[in-house]
Amino acid sequence: MKKLLATFACLAALAAPAAAQTTLTIYTYESFVSEWGPGPAIKANFEKVCACTVEWVAVTDGVAMLNRLKIEGTATKADIVLGLDTNITEEARELKLFAPHGADTSKLKVPGGWSDADFLPYDYGHFAVVYDTEKMPVPPKSLDELVNGDPAQKIILEDPRSSTPGLGFLLWMKAVYGDKTADAWKKLKPRILTTTPGWSEAYGLFTKGEAPMVFSYVTSPAYHIEADKTERYQAASFTEGHYLQIEVAGAIAASPELDLARSFLAFMLTPGFQDTIPTTNWMIPAAETAAPLPAAFGRLVTPSKTLLFTPTEVNTNRRAWIDEWLNAVGN
Amino acid sequence: MATETATPAYRTATAFILIAVAAGLGPLLLFAITQGGRIGLDAYVWRVLSFTLLQASLSTVISVALALPTARALVRHRSRARPILLSILAVPQSLPAIVVVLMLVTLFGASGLMGGLLNLYGLAGILLAHVYFNMPLALRVFTQTLQGIPPENRRLAAQLGLHGWSLWRMVEWPALRPVIPRIAALIFLLCAGSFVVVLTLGGPAATTLEVAIYQSLRMDFDVARALTLSLLQVTLCAVLVALAGRSAWTEQLPRRRMDGDTYEAPGRAERIFNALCILMAALLVGGPLLALLVEGIRHISPGLLMLQALMTSTAIAALSTTLALALAWPIAWRQRRARGLTTVTPLLGLIVPPAVLAMGWFILVRGLDGGALLAAVLIVILNGLMALPFAVNIVAPAVASWSERQERLCAQLGLSGWPRFRIAEFPALRGPLAQAGLYAFSLSLGDLSAVTLLGSQGLVTLPSLLHAQMGHYRSDDAMGTGLLLAILCLGLGALANSKRLAS
Repeated sequence: MKKLLATFACLAALAAPAAAQTTLTIYTYESFVSEWGPGPAIKANFEKVCACTVEWVAVTDGVAMLNRLKIEGTATKADIVLGLDTNITEEARELKLFAPHGADTSKLKVPGGWSDADFLPYDYGHFAVVYDTEKMPVPPKSLDELVNGDPAQKIILEDPRSSTPGLGFLLWMKAVYGDKTADAWKKLKPRILTTTPGWSEAYGLFTKGEAPMVFSYVTSPAYHIEADKTERYQAASFTEGHYLQIEVAGAIAASPELDLARSFLAFMLTPGFQDTIPTTNWMIPAAETAAPLPAAFGRLVTPSKTLLFTPTEVNTNRRAWIDEWLNAVGN
Repeated sequence: MATETATPAYRTATAFILIAVAAGLGPLLLFAITQGGRIGLDAYVWRVLSFTLLQASLSTVISVALALPTARALVRHRSRARPILLSILAVPQSLPAIVVVLMLVTLFGASGLMGGLLNLYGLAGILLAHVYFNMPLALRVFTQTLQGIPPENRRLAAQLGLHGWSLWRMVEWPALRPVIPRIAALIFLLCAGSFVVVLTLGGPAATTLEVAIYQSLRMDFDVARALTLSLLQVTLCAVLVALAGRSAWTEQLPRRRMDGDTYEAPGRAERIFNALCILMAALLVGGPLLALLVEGIRHISPGLLMLQALMTSTAIAALSTTLALALAWPIAWRQRRARGLTTVTPLLGLIVPPAVLAMGWFILVRGLDGGALLAAVLIVILNGLMALPFAVNIVAPAVASWSERQERLCAQLGLSGWPRFRIAEFPALRGPLAQAGLYAFSLSLGDLSAVTLLGSQGLVTLPSLLHAQMGHYRSDDAMGTGLLLAILCLGLGALANSKRLAS
């Protein structure tokens, strides 16, 4: 019996919460809060001005976060959800969990302007296929070349059911191929090395050398130029245009800390948050930064055309398009 | 009390299991009703079902096909290496699935020692992992069967000058034939329900029912589809269990010593063939193990996180073992008198997909501010239920045989209740109890599925730490964690199989 009690005590000690101060709980995706991501700096910067403790809760990736909200409903522990993108904001809004952000959107600098009253963008970037120049001297020049290329040259993709880049690639395929998307998936299938649950796993696998291509962002090479001082990894420019991702955050209406959550959303558009974005999240900031973007950002691929479905279009079709993908890549 | 009516302990155990299952299914059914959606067999569901059957069939066929000639080769040659080889062959069964996946990635990943040989992500990788687990299982059963051929038969065969093909056809095959369907059904069942291997090596193109259930709950939150898939999984399991018969789980194989001299010495061609078979088995099992050992020793570094994970895992395993034994004990006693429901209840935790139970519980407790502690409690319950059928299968036969020999004597002596347990039951049954306990402990210690399904931030077990390290390609750390986990599980497995406990 004593042993049993001791084990319980151990478990309790391991799980003991540390909060005495007001805590702001933020759900986000894994790479955002990794040691090299923006999470630690943003936490420190916000805690300087808020008299609160920021607690990050890491979820595999953006879409997984939406699913978690569906399961948790109003019982969710989140005060803020950070890391959804415009492809899933409509579906998130339908959960009726989010409160209007109430922030001044006039200073936002996102492509196409901003009018959403619930979700606030913090950064954006075009998706791109990133390739390893040492293994692949000649990259595909279009999505069609990627789909029809040599099956021996593999690509690592993310799962659209859990990852926002994964969903972004699925929508890119849909935007280019329309009714013929299922056929295109079937042609692409032999080139897919694996489909990971989130972006972190895919990019880790890529830099470890498991495949010459990965689905990521136009901005990813900037990381390698700035941090690793190498031009080895490059983004392929596609003639059909590139799909755009605008990453957003929203406050949970039922949160007891709604005012604090709103002040975090306002803080999100200030240099205390925005300055960390270019060199930790490796995306384009959605608002003013204190310093100009690092030089590497000037050497990136500039998409000839931006592809983007409206949130409503994605919401209406997401399930059907995912089923189409599942059936096309299935055995 | 050895009366014909159910004891309060048995009623409590049954109620606990039924409530746990209902608490899992109930909230999901409610969600399915309110959420709407289609319970039905669409193209995706069919695809998942057919892939499940395909990979399980292939895994079974390959495992059995490799095991048959190897078992024969092992029995035909008297060698000092045989006991060593047989004990190496026992290793995969004690290893956690996530450790086996790590070993295979180390060897066959693109940057592994044998990289580029095959694409690990997909059918090939899944088959490799399943054969790694199940070929040795089949091999051990076949070897024991061949060793159990009565010496008279073999002597007669030798006198008749049977060897090679005719010996196989007249003596060996007839002995093996009745065993094959049972072991095949068991392997098929294990592969059809495989979760961790398919979750880590599969993908959208290679998904089994068990993983698809998890994905439709965690990724799509399509409860109706998850329930459809679960229904299929339960049906498939039920059919297989019925086909395999309960005998496949409890079968005691003949354990006779063989005198190898009665065989005629194999010819040169057969010797080469046999050597190749044995080499293949040794490489298949030993190769990945060696890779883990060599890499793991270089990278094992007991950091704070690993220590914390070890403590958490040990605590969870200790509690779930206690739960499994507490449930198994009254059920085992009941089984000597009653059949029917008594044999089905302990299987419920295995038949109802763990993903369904976990999600139901998760929905049920989502309003509570439990954090990691609550998650740990749910993991303990899930692991306890998962180990229960195995614990019952170890304890029940021992209880039955004790009862036949001693129960009347106890009644004559007026021993009952606690004194009977202390004086008569426990001393006689502690061997099987310890064996069941060690088994449950090892199962829980190496289990990734429950913590994947129920885990919360801040709850790190050894398998979940290993999974995270693998997911973020910190392969050096992963090798160290993997080795520690492998050593713990192998130690527990060896202890459980030791002669002192088995007798």
